[in-house]
Amino acid sequence: MSRYALRVDALGKKYRLGETVGYRTLRESISRLARKSLGRRDPDPIETPDTREIWAIRDISFEVAQGEALGIIGGNGAGKSTLLKVLSRITEPTEGQAEIVGRVGCLLEVGTGFHAELTGRENIYLNGAILGMSKREIDAKFDEIVAFSEVERFLDTPVKRYSSGMGVRLGFAVAAHLNPEVLIIDEVLAVGDASFRQKCLSKMADVASSGATILFVSHNLAAVEALCQRTLVLKQGQVVADTETARALDIYVRQSSAAHNPDLRSRTDRYGSGDVRFASIELRNSAGEQIPAARTGQQTQVVVTLETPRPQVSGFWVSLAFLNMRDHFLFKCRSDVVDARLDVGSNNTRVVCTFPRFPLYPGSYRLSLKCKANGGLADKISGAALIEVHAGDYYGSGRSATDPRGGVCVDYSWSAEGVSSPLVEPTHQRNSKP
Amino acid sequence: MTSDATSVQEDPTQEPGHDEAPASPGTTSRPAKGVVQIIQANQGWPSLGLKELWRYRELLWFLSLRDIKVRYKQTVLGAGWAIIRPLLTMLVFNLLFSLIGRKPVGEGIPYAVTTYCALLPWQLFSSSVAQSGGSLVANANLVKKVYFPRLLAPASPVICALIDFFVAFLVLLVIMAGYSVLGPYDLTPTWRILTLPLFLLLAVLTSLAAGLWLSALNALYRDVRYIIPFIISIGQFISPVVYETQAVIPARWQAIYGLNPMAGVIEGFRWALLGRGEPPGLLLLVSSLMVVCLLVGGVFFFRRMEHTIVDLV
Repeated sequence: MSRYALRVDALGKKYRLGETVGYRTLRESISRLARKSLGRRDPDPIETPDTREIWAIRDISFEVAQGEALGIIGGNGAGKSTLLKVLSRITEPTEGQAEIVGRVGCLLEVGTGFHAELTGRENIYLNGAILGMSKREIDAKFDEIVAFSEVERFLDTPVKRYSSGMGVRLGFAVAAHLNPEVLIIDEVLAVGDASFRQKCLSKMADVASSGATILFVSHNLAAVEALCQRTLVLKQGQVVADTETARALDIYVRQSSAAHNPDLRSRTDRYGSGDVRFASIELRNSAGEQIPAARTGQQTQVVVTLETPRPQVSGFWVSLAFLNMRDHFLFKCRSDVVDARLDVGSNNTRVVCTFPRFPLYPGSYRLSLKCKANGGLADKISGAALIEVHAGDYYGSGRSATDPRGGVCVDYSWSAEGVSSPLVEPTHQRNSKP
Repeated sequence: MTSDATSVQEDPTQEPGHDEAPASPGTTSRPAKGVVQIIQANQGWPSLGLKELWRYRELLWFLSLRDIKVRYKQTVLGAGWAIIRPLLTMLVFNLLFSLIGRKPVGEGIPYAVTTYCALLPWQLFSSSVAQSGGSLVANANLVKKVYFPRLLAPASPVICALIDFFVAFLVLLVIMAGYSVLGPYDLTPTWRILTLPLFLLLAVLTSLAAGLWLSALNALYRDVRYIIPFIISIGQFISPVVYETQAVIPARWQAIYGLNPMAGVIEGFRWALLGRGEPPGLLLLVSSLMVVCLLVGGVFFFRRMEHTIVDLV
């Protein structure tokens, strides 16, 4: 029987849409009041119920045990931010309730309330106070904060002269020293350079292991996986999964890839000039038949159909990138690197990438497509397809290479031979040579 | 809102279907030890939340400090502006009424001092209102990203204005001392100056009350930002800044005149500092009552708005 630090019970938040609602003018309200008092029916859409209302989140219920780190993932508009805003008391729920036990630290943004005209030192105090620290606490941790932020030399410079990276570092440094019992974080790791991101992540892991309860919203699936044991998946304001992180990530990735729809023409999440557009993608076996899933080691073709709305296409190449379910890049197949001349002049073209032996370990993978033409990006679709790979024999050994994380088969061989003397001489002998 | 976890059970608004109160038998989990914070839709009139305001007092100070520092960053004269504004205004009025030839004040005290003395509380009020009226919208980046008692947003400009007030007040003391030493007037303060803090408090409360109403209304109706400059420029003439109430307003209208709280404040200032007029009577009483009404109403209106204000700013 664990004790919870956070309990959310049937929480819902309703917003009203339309520009006149959030931003009324006095005239509208007065005329509405006048009409009402005259007993006329009110034609104002503000008063007609439910036509322009939207539940950003609804019926959200979950519990977080003390010391647990809970991840929250979901696509854009799934309600993640609204949920965090309600839990951090920035806005009030429309229905339901939440209980939070202990001191809450909220980090919806790095450097909230930083003022560009103030110096780094002044901003540390201001930001600390905004996050709920007392002056004494900030005094006590001031040196630590400065050391963590790596901006010692610029402490008395106005923040407006900082590089954006420095501002972010300073902001996170303050927040990292907040010492809350419940920490609510939104996407803050999306900023800063790679090494600082790593530093933030390990700092958060420290906070987690020190017994604090963490609520972590992120698009960075690897970060969620590293930090959280359990993860909620939100979709259209509802919890669609509440389970251990690895499973939750799978569920999320599956729902977010247009996996079962090989037709790419309807995809709107694409970039590029559109001189060449991806129309469909499918897998085929050695016999040229369409297959639902690949097998490790089998001859496999990835067949991509292209549309060329404009007939003149020069300098065309296409790239097929394979990513694992954590969005880690594995490898890619670029047509120009292998000097393949692909002629896409006609209206529709089918380009085929052939793998004599399909190299992926069993598991699920994401495929991203990109092509360039006429000297610029023509089309790019991240997560164009989700493919399943079944176990198969790549090395002709009757065995299958597997790993729960997925992986790539490469060609190698092992050998052993007898040796008469040690290969590595003791180091002191080597050092003594001139 | 801080409360004991079991108080949730007594909450009449909770639907029976969701009754999973921690204390009831048969539930699988209990809250951890510590202060329980309950987040739910706000019902009816809210509490004042004074306890919470007290906890956040340091933030109020830091926000005020921010506003003060930012106000005078990259200015040549810096805090000198706190002195220059009332001084220049005073000189302009003095010049104007010298040209007209008839000054709307009683005899015995230099017009400049009479005006300056009134300008102190008036500028406290006007700069507070100018800043705090738009404070919620101006602090939108803060209000949208972090929780703090929203009351701090309109309150911190009042603190800033108060600091300017003290700087300008020192100048007034210098002027009064100058007249007393060099003559021909004797402006040495009497015991009445001891009552000044009360009038200052009244001025601060008036500023705060106006700031609360205007900032909450401004989040709702952006018309307010056009009303604020209007209030300030008209207010200066319906308050006894350039004239004295006794000299201009007929006695039978003075009670009604007191409905403008700044009238009571300014006449109080003159009485306390310059020994001007009668001891504050009906005018002050009406003004004080008005301030109390405005302030209580403002606080409740603001607190009612603050829970969803973020959706509007």
